[in-house]
Formats: sequence, structure tokens, C-alpha cells
Amino acid sequence: MIRIEPRDAPSRYWSIGIPILSGVIALLLAGIPLAFAGADVTVAFVEMFKGVFGSVFAFTEMLTRATPLIFTGLAAALAFRARLWNIGAEGQLYLGAMAAVAIGSGAIDAPAFVLVPLIMAFGCAAGAAGMAVPAVLKTRYGADEVVTTLLLNFVILIFLQYMLEGPLKDPMGLGWPQSPPILDQGMLPPLIERMRVHSGLVIALVCAVVAHIMLARTVWGFRLRAVGENAAAARHAGIRVNRTMMSVAIVSGALAGMAGVSEVAGLKGYLTADLSPGFGFSGIVVAMLAGLSPLGVVIAALFIASVFVGADSMSRAMGVSSFLADLVVSTSLLCVLVGGFFARYRFTRVQPAGGTAA
Amino acid sequence: MTANKVLSLEGLSKRFGSVVANDDVSLDLHRGEILALLGENGAGKTTLMNMLFGHYLPDSGSVHVAGEGEGLRPLPLGHPQAALQAGIGMVHQHFTLAENLSAFDNIMLGSEPLSRLRRDRAAGRTKIEQIMTDSGLRAELEVPVGRMSVGERQRVEILKALYRDVTILVLDEPTAVLTPQEADTLFENIGAMAKEGLSVIFISHKLREVLAFSHRIAVLRHGMKVGEIASADADERTIARMMVGADTPEAERESLEPGAPVLRLENLSVVGRSRRDSLSDASLTVRRHEILGVAGVSGNGQGALAGVISGLMPPSAGTVVIDNDNVDGHDPLTLIRAGVGRIPEDRHRDGIVGSMSVAENMVIERLDDPEVQTRGFLKRDAVQSHAETLARDYDVRGPGVEANARLLSGGNIQKMILARVFERSPKLILANQPTRGLDMGAAAEVARRLLEARSRGAGIILISEDLDEILSLSDRIMVIHDGEMIEADTRDRETLGLMMAGEAA
Repeated sequence: MIRIEPRDAPSRYWSIGIPILSGVIALLLAGIPLAFAGADVTVAFVEMFKGVFGSVFAFTEMLTRATPLIFTGLAAALAFRARLWNIGAEGQLYLGAMAAVAIGSGAIDAPAFVLVPLIMAFGCAAGAAGMAVPAVLKTRYGADEVVTTLLLNFVILIFLQYMLEGPLKDPMGLGWPQSPPILDQGMLPPLIERMRVHSGLVIALVCAVVAHIMLARTVWGFRLRAVGENAAAARHAGIRVNRTMMSVAIVSGALAGMAGVSEVAGLKGYLTADLSPGFGFSGIVVAMLAGLSPLGVVIAALFIASVFVGADSMSRAMGVSSFLADLVVSTSLLCVLVGGFFARYRFTRVQPAGGTAA
Repeated sequence: MTANKVLSLEGLSKRFGSVVANDDVSLDLHRGEILALLGENGAGKTTLMNMLFGHYLPDSGSVHVAGEGEGLRPLPLGHPQAALQAGIGMVHQHFTLAENLSAFDNIMLGSEPLSRLRRDRAAGRTKIEQIMTDSGLRAELEVPVGRMSVGERQRVEILKALYRDVTILVLDEPTAVLTPQEADTLFENIGAMAKEGLSVIFISHKLREVLAFSHRIAVLRHGMKVGEIASADADERTIARMMVGADTPEAERESLEPGAPVLRLENLSVVGRSRRDSLSDASLTVRRHEILGVAGVSGNGQGALAGVISGLMPPSAGTVVIDNDNVDGHDPLTLIRAGVGRIPEDRHRDGIVGSMSVAENMVIERLDDPEVQTRGFLKRDAVQSHAETLARDYDVRGPGVEANARLLSGGNIQKMILARVFERSPKLILANQPTRGLDMGAAAEVARRLLEARSRGAGIILISEDLDEILSLSDRIMVIHDGEMIEADTRDRETLGLMMAGEAA
């Protein structure tokens, strides 16, 4: 017979090993549907690998894909550390993107060193406002933020469609529901000539480092951790729990908004309703894989982006569906969740009932 | 005696990680015997009983129980169901009752087969009535448990065990939540049932009741059985020495003249979520150099009183005056800044953030202090060395100040909280159940620190269920019952007990 016992303290090896192992297992499990689809599994994995590391272009594509995931991953990680369940990063991303095109597509004409920070500031503010609403509802009226943030995503998406058909519609867009392009001087400059990877990546990395320092070294981070780990004790010790929650909500929303700014002003140039293939939701997976650590978010975002980009290129080469990427991402999340159990519990073998225990 | 042995534990050992909870403990129980299992907190009493009942699986050792027919048979370990079938019943310290169900349904819960569609209520009721008559334990069967007093709940818990035809009854700290009178009644009933052949093991750390009501006493210390003695041959001194391994020094208290009032509550009312945490029209004064003891059975408004003084609950009427200043703005920060030190009742829930380090927990109440931070950045070295100094001064032992606070034992967590509170030399200290769950050594340390603060000039309000603690530490005593507070001008245990039960002396 096997019994499950809680560990005295969560194992350090497991807490680092689990995300890595989860990624590997998820990839291996992906081989099963690949085989069903009639593909040579080994060749498929080689193609996937080549799709990420095969050329400088492939690698920069992966980095491009990782950029918004770092932002949304940080948004989720910081909020979750405070036990504030922000499931609305997708909507906040679009709020940030809308603010970016509203400011950046000709409303204000200014040189780059003014316009770019202005676009970022407005984008962050819009995202922050999008998260401040559910945070107020939570702290004031006790509304569950999981429900409010999740549902606000759909409200914001409909609002986006209205904006793209109305006030934000590009008059030169041949009737397509898209915004006018952001002025050239409003764009985030590319990092490498003729590649799509842009300076949004640098901003994302800076954000991750700053978030790490804020969390570990500042009073704000101390309060955030205390509220998240034990709100009752934090309150008893004189930490203003609601105020801390609000500040975390604003930072989290701003990061998600920045993901939208980065996509629209770094990559696409204009806004359409399909700007994000669910970066807001993938950010949650990234945060969970990262164990809610800001620096871990960078690594997890790179992994998830590799899976997406690699699967895309594999599907082109082999003729199998690229939905495989979603499969790997979701299995890796499941593996992390199951793995979290192993970090907290261990199995012990015991002799069957009736005898003396060994 | 061996002929009527009903239970035999042989060489039971249990480790949790590096902690040895039980080390080679053997114990026998006879028919109709009341055995007291005595020991400090953390001595391994509850672990031992949990192994007997199948909640924990021992690392080694065996249990034999009397079955039908002759002799003892081995009990499968790690199976509560097997223990139940063998006639072992356990009443936990923390009740396992469904509050929204009636006493009747609670007693029946789990004893009826799932496959049956209709319930045979009449048969169940007849059997329970019979048990109540035999045992003398009475409970109103149709009343939801949520509306019952703790004493009643406990009777329901015991009836629930008896309904399952137990021959061996284990009671884990049965009197922890009872008034002295309720406790006496309980033991009279248990004594009567033992005469009818029931064998009882009760866990306790109260020497008085152990001596008065048991036939035999087994003492555990650090997970080992250090002695067994017939109750008739024992006295408080001998068993206290067995429990702690040495005589305990009495806390020394110098006689001091009380000074100026440091806390005045005037006609204070609190409307809590239930009567249990409400206060009606309470007034009290705490002076410097004075310890005010608040005696009472838990759940009579202590939570509301502590809630107001620690800033967690706003009063609905009345005033709080600290050092002649009216306190308005009832949040913890205001009260911390007004010079109130708070030792919370539930130290794990309100006292520490378990997954943050000991050092961080030691500065959590003073994050604005320039010694802790500059411009929003934590001074990590200062915080660490500050914590190391405090840990040394207050003898906080554990895996170091960088380790998570939850890794500390209960006593060391309390010492850490004491360090955090006393370091700031508060003028008013709220100590809510400060020694609950602590072993004698740690409890003595808490008492010493409280008296030290008293000498320094602090006013202390001590809320405790432990009358002995109140009597030995307090300068004045108030009794709290059903949200009302009365000054007690007596130190007589009996009278205080009656006041705690709401029968004004």
C-alpha cells in the first residue's frame, strides 16, 4: 500500500525541477497525437527545434513571440503573488493597444523621444484602469475578481470591435475593421535590421528585473508578499490590505496594457481585433510555469514562445495542424499543477493493513 | 489484572521528518479503567492517540485490542474504520460536528448505510435515549449543533462515539473549553460510565483534574513514556516533576503600585458576526504597572474585546482612550502607533506570515521605520542583524532567521512575537491566550516577560481561559460572560467559575 504524506517543507529540488520536467513531459506527450496524425515523431521534433534555433530569423521570431508573453506573464505573476486573481490580462492588453493607437496614430504629433514614452504611458494607464475596476469592486464590495476580470475580457473585446468599426476605424483601410497606423516616430525601434524583433523585448526584460527587485527588496514588495501569503497576519500587523491590493492591481493592469502597446507599436503598427492570439491567457500559464517568480517568467515565456513558433514551423514543414502548440502549452500547465502536488506531498510505501508497519 | 486487559500498545514510534513525536511508547488499558495521559504540549499525547485511532501510521510498533471471545487481537494500523469496528471511539479536541445539522443527525451521521433509502429514525432515537439514560449525558436532539454551547457540543460528540458501541473512549483535552463546573459534571458522567465497563483514556495537561478523576496516570515527555503511577499515590508535585523533568520555578512578581490609567474603555459595544464575538456596554481601566486578567470561557466576547484593542474590529458604541487620547480610526496601524503591543490569540493565523522569513516577520509591524527601510528599499543587512539580536535576546530557536517562520515550533513562534512586541516597549500590551498550546518552559518565559513589562511600567490586559494563569499573573480580575464584563473582587476559584458560567456570585 502507498500512502501520501505532506512534506515538512516544500522541496527545493522539486520546485525548480517541476517546471522543467513539466515542459519535457508535455513535449513528449505531444508525440502521441503527432503519431496519430501520421507524422514521423522524430522528424517532427527536429523540425520544431529547427523552427526555433535553425536560423537567426527563426530565433528572433521566437523572441518576438516571447515579448508580449513576458509582459502578460509578469502581470499575472505579480497579481497572483498577492492572491489577486487577474484573469483579465487579455482585455487589459487590448485597452493598452487601443490607447496606443488613439494617441499614436496622429492625434499628437511629436518627436519620437516624446511620442514613444507618451504612447507607453497611455497604454499602461489604460491597462491599469482596466484592472482597477475589478479591484475596486473586490475591495469595496467583495466581488470575486476571477469572475469580474474574466467577464470584462468579453466586454472589452466588444468595445474593441465597436471602436474599430467607429471612432478608431482607419478611413484609408478599405473598409476593414482596423485602426489607422501608428506614426513612424511613435513606433518602438527594431532591435536588429530587417528582423521583426523590437525594443519591446528590452523593455520587457527591464520590467522583469525591476519586478524582481521590487518584490524582493522593497517595502512595497514586502507588503505584497505578506498580503498574498497571509492576509490576516498582514492586516493584524498594520499593513493596509486593500490599499496593497489596489496598487498591485494597477501595476498588473499596466503590465498587461504594456503588452498591447508592445504588440501594436512594436510589431503590427496598427490595431485589429486579432492582435493577440490569447497572450493574456497564455500569460497565466507562463506565470504558473515560472512559479510566480518574475525572473522565471522570462524563461517560461521563452519556452512557451518556442513551442508556439516551433509548432508553427513544424506544421508548415510536415502538414500537421499547429494546434499542437496549444496542446503542449496546456499539458505543460497541467503537469505543473500536478507537479505542485509532488512538491508538497510525498509517497511512502507501507506494508498492507493487518501487519506491523515497516 | 491481565485478564481484563482491553487494549495494549506496544513499542509505538512515530517520526515527522526530524522530529520524534513518539519513541517506543507502550501502554495498557483495562476494562472500566480511566487512564489519564498527561504531558506538556508537544509531548506526543495526541500523536499517540491518533496512531491508535488510525489517523497516523506508526513507523513501528503494534496495537492489540480485545475482541469478541478471549484474548487480544492485533489491530490493523492506519485504518480509522478498523479502530471503530474494534470499539475504539475518539473525541477530538476540535469538534468534528456539522453545525447546521441537529444533534440527532450529527450522532447518526456516518452510522447509516448509504444504500438504504429510508432512515429508521425511531430506532436511532430509542438507542440514543437509552445511551443518554445510561450515561447521564443529556443533549437536546433536535437543536442544530451550531446553536449549542461548547459543553453541549462536547456531550453530542461523546454521544456520537457511544452510539457506535465503543468499549474504549479516547478524549483529547476534553475540558479545554469547559467551565470548571461543566468539567466536573463531565468527569462524574465518565466515572459512572467507567463503572459500567467503559474504558477511558483522557488526554490532559491539567494536573488538578487528572489527579481527581483518573485511576492511573501515564506521563509522556518528549515523545517517551517517562512514568506511570496510580492516581491514589500521586500528588501535583510528583507528576509536575515527571512532566517537565524538574521543578518549575514560580514566576516572581514584585508588588507594584498601579500608576496612571493607560487604557480606558467606556461603555464599549461591539456588534460582531455572532453573539460569540460581540460586546455590550463594557467599561474597564488598565493602569501602568498593572495586569488586568480577563477570565472567561472562550467565545463569550473575548474576540470582540481583543478585536477592538488590536484594531481589527470597530466598536459600534463607546470610546477607547489610550493615555488620555481618544482613539478614533480603528485599524491596527493606528493602535500600533498609539503604543499598543498585541499578542494575538491565533498566532499562526494572525501572528506570522509562515512563508516569509523569521527576520521579515520580526519587522512586519514597523515597515515605516527608517531602521528598516530607506526610500522604500528594505535594509536587508540591518533587518537580518536586528533579527539575530532579537532571536538571541528572546531565545528564539530554530533553523535561523533566514528560514521561513512556519518552520519554528509553536513556542518559538510565540517568543518571536514577544520579541516583536516587547522590543518596541509598548505602554499597553494585549496578551490574548498568550500561553495556549505552549509547553511549560515557553509558558514560564511568556509569564516572565509579561511581568517584566509590568515592572517597566506597561499596562497589560491578559485574556485567558486558564484560570490558574489569570490567578498567578493578574493584579485585578474581570470576568467576561456573554459579552458582558464584570469586575471580580474575589480570587476564589469556585466563585470565579460560577461567574464564568453566568451565575453572578
